[in-house]
Amino acid sequence: MGQLNVNENQEYKQLVIELLYQLADDDFILAFRGSEWLGLAPHIEEDIAYASINQDTMGHAVMYYELLEALGEGPADLLAHGRKAEHRKNAILLEMANGTGTYLENPKYDWAFAVVRHYFYDIYKKLKLESLKQSSYEPLAQAATKMKMEQYYHIMHWKVWFNQLCLSGGEAKTRMHAAIQQVWNEFAGVLTYGKHSLQMSQYGLIEEESLFKKRWEEEMRRVFEDVAISYPGDPKMQKGNGREGVHTDDLIQALATLSEVYHLDPQATW
Amino acid sequence: MKIEHCLRSVKDPEIPSVSVMDLGMIEEINVSDDSIVHIKALPTFLGCPALEIIKKNMIDAVSAIDAVSDVNVEFIYHPPWTSDRVTDDGKEKLKQFGIAPPPEFDAQNHEWKVECPYCGSHYTTMENLFGPTACRSILYCKSCKNPFEAMKPISNLM
Repeated sequence: MGQLNVNENQEYKQLVIELLYQLADDDFILAFRGSEWLGLAPHIEEDIAYASINQDTMGHAVMYYELLEALGEGPADLLAHGRKAEHRKNAILLEMANGTGTYLENPKYDWAFAVVRHYFYDIYKKLKLESLKQSSYEPLAQAATKMKMEQYYHIMHWKVWFNQLCLSGGEAKTRMHAAIQQVWNEFAGVLTYGKHSLQMSQYGLIEEESLFKKRWEEEMRRVFEDVAISYPGDPKMQKGNGREGVHTDDLIQALATLSEVYHLDPQATW
Repeated sequence: MKIEHCLRSVKDPEIPSVSVMDLGMIEEINVSDDSIVHIKALPTFLGCPALEIIKKNMIDAVSAIDAVSDVNVEFIYHPPWTSDRVTDDGKEKLKQFGIAPPPEFDAQNHEWKVECPYCGSHYTTMENLFGPTACRSILYCKSCKNPFEAMKPISNLM
């Protein structure tokens, strides 16, 4: 495995960097969308739980950005706040606004969408971390081991919401079905490794994309079975592929908001 | 030994009764020939905002030793911190602060038995898996009617 050294093999190094950007940007933007619920969650206990989950997820993003910093990509703070939308690698699903309005003005956020997006993402992430624990890039394998322990609690939490809302009647059920459709329309964008997928698995960075998707589908079939909803078929990617830098206005707005303070003084130490 | 003694004075900023030693956060202490102390520490949770403060407090505490020329603290992730690293002494101190020590993780049943830190009863219920910090949960004791916190079990089996 001597050739699998980021200092000696440029191709390998670029693939590690590409994968890390996908992982970092996914966690970063979803943790931001989650934080926008602060003070708006259905009840105080949920506010605490959700804040804690977002804090963990943001911590995971920091971890990935620090791994990128170690590979010479620049300071982690800059990677998080200073990159333009077209350079981001996150899936479009994760940048989508929580609903209409903004945090400060008329936030009409959709709790069903929040539950489905986070639950499905967290299940996906657990499976991805399982694979990354075996990664040929040792620092990533070690980080994945640590993150997966925290992920355990996130899934436990969202599962309660998801199952109860899906199994209840009336408005909850209708809205959960609508949210599942909305999330499913973009979930293929989360699953894709991008155009270097094959090389990533050849270098042992992560398991082969097709095998990963198979494992994911098996898990999701169980999730739908639990709530007696039939499996919705293959997920889609209607708004474009975020891994290729395609994004929506939602991301541009999110970046403007989250980097506002950073841009006041990029040299400041926090 | 002197260094370890100093590190016992570095408390968790959010749980002032336990030190970084009690929590099992210190993995390695090395002193190089030029009297520079190198400490390798394990973060409990990755997003923990107290990490930078803990790091600074460790540097300040160990720098106070006359023979030490410089202190260098690095957070590492291997081995990962798990809740069974909390020492017996640490568990007692957590209880004194009103926090139940991390229960053993039961991978089969996903169940924890948490003892109330006030009355010792097992007749407790989970109020919220998440608490005021990433590492804690909120519980309620049905025996002595006290709400309390517990440290989450964190295991390699997860």
